[in-house]
Amino acid sequence: MELKLPIYLDNNATTPCDPRVVDAMLPYFTEKFGNAASRNHSFGWTAEEAVDYAREQVAKLIGADPKEIIFTSGATEADNLAIKGVFEMYASRGNHIITCTTEHKAVLDTCKHIEKLGGQVTYLPVAADGLIDLNELEKAITDKTILIAIMYGNNEIGVIQPIREISKIARKHGVLFFTDGTQAVGKVPVDVNADGIDLMAFSAHKMYGPKGVGALYVRRKSPRVKVTAQMDGGGHERGMRSGTMNVPGIVGFGKACEICMNEMEAEGQRLSKMRDRLEAGLMQLEEAYVNGNREHRLPHVANISFKYVEGEGLMMGFNKNIALSSGSACTSASLEPSYVLKALGLGDDLAHSSLRFGLGRFTTDEQIDYTIKAISETVLKLREMSPLWEMFKEGIDLNSIEWAHH
Amino acid sequence: MAYSEKLIDHYTHPKNVGTLDKSKNNVGTGLVGAPECGDVMRLQIEVDEATGVISDAKFKTFGCGSAIASSSLATEWLKGKTVDQALTIDNMDIVEELNLPPVKIHCSVLAEDAIKAAINDYRVKNGMPALELEEKKH
Ligand SMILES: Cc1ncc(COP(=O)(O)O)c(C=O)c1O
Ligand code: FES
Repeated sequence: MELKLPIYLDNNATTPCDPRVVDAMLPYFTEKFGNAASRNHSFGWTAEEAVDYAREQVAKLIGADPKEIIFTSGATEADNLAIKGVFEMYASRGNHIITCTTEHKAVLDTCKHIEKLGGQVTYLPVAADGLIDLNELEKAITDKTILIAIMYGNNEIGVIQPIREISKIARKHGVLFFTDGTQAVGKVPVDVNADGIDLMAFSAHKMYGPKGVGALYVRRKSPRVKVTAQMDGGGHERGMRSGTMNVPGIVGFGKACEICMNEMEAEGQRLSKMRDRLEAGLMQLEEAYVNGNREHRLPHVANISFKYVEGEGLMMGFNKNIALSSGSACTSASLEPSYVLKALGLGDDLAHSSLRFGLGRFTTDEQIDYTIKAISETVLKLREMSPLWEMFKEGIDLNSIEWAHH
Repeated sequence: MAYSEKLIDHYTHPKNVGTLDKSKNNVGTGLVGAPECGDVMRLQIEVDEATGVISDAKFKTFGCGSAIASSSLATEWLKGKTVDQALTIDNMDIVEELNLPPVKIHCSVLAEDAIKAAINDYRVKNGMPALELEEKKH
């Protein structure tokens, strides 16, 4: 088969819609356009049935009851609803939330907001491999703690946190456990009961569904969890999220969940094999480092630093043909390199040299071969141009140089 | 963000990548930027002592594509100029030539700084006082 360019390896940012998902959605734009809240005619009933069916598909993927699914506009909204909603609902119990430094901005910035409202937030550090320390988590719990918010799989390095151990600690202390499952749901088995999750955010567009639709799982039994609505209106979604339902989006989300569920096992194996091959190929280069724990991580993600070349400059060598992202951002342009990589304790030099690979359902072996070759060539070429590489090869310690900081 | 053809050409086929012998008296070396900031540029000039003309210029850059292209262009412009003429190269000339977008202007400032640092190194080596350099905004 001839290789078609460009190659898309940024599936953590978003995934294409699976054509089967699009097919399922299409009728709901035109002949089945009804409002799911219209109770008095068949247009409304048809839409409501479709939403109910999708709710079942979504719930099934995570082992939940359909009644526990609140549809939202995506994971950002679900993160906000979970954290702000719990903070308000459980205000009489306490005001302390525990999270960690490698969370997505949708969680971190929501926590910052909570602090402005007078809440207290503990940001747990992570170890060099990206995992939190369970002892530190337990030690951080006080009698004011109402919520632990730790993500399932990380969007930049793919590291999977010890979810079951975290939920055990949460249970033991009577604290609710929320997880941002955006990158994990649909990719690895997630079961809200076996995993002990009380609330979970996830999103359709990271699992071959459409953009602009996601869900918050809210546990209904042992314990029964409630969140205060963050949007007032018609009282949709059991009063927790008002707004006319995005019926085509929700139908697509449901279909996407069903496909992920059916194909997860085989697809996970295919992806991790391909990812490992990509990594092995690129690690042939000198001074290349895999970032994050290599055992506890999502099957489709790799984050690699190529020391002595700068990520943005590196991407320019192939970004016409390969789409991926870098943890680098030149600080002179007043951008910071990836805070996730820095949280792992990576020096800025390594953070500036990183590339993130997100493989997906439509990634092929040929694409991986092409990528290994193109990136290796660019790294070698840029190192020939890198003063830091030259110094490294001459045995000069870069820390011994007095750099002119801006 | 779309880059200009000239920029992409300098990035893909950089001119004058390399290293001059910095122990030589007629070679000036400028090293600017810092690894933590994501940019390090080393620019060197070799001056013909009889004429005062820059006979060779080389660079190595760790940085984004615009920084690489800016330094490549700078070495091209340096060759054949006298040291005094070289001092007149302004970062905005680089911005214009490569059509750099606003967020990439500092990459060209880095190149101007590297030129001046190389000239000062040459001056000091040859018993001339270092020039006071105005700080440009990065
Ligand atoms: C871990 C994580 N949380 C939240 C989000 C935001 O998701 P959405 O685009 O659905 O709002 C993303 C996607 O960038 C993510 O990776
Ligand atoms: S050197 Fe900073 S963005 Fe180019």
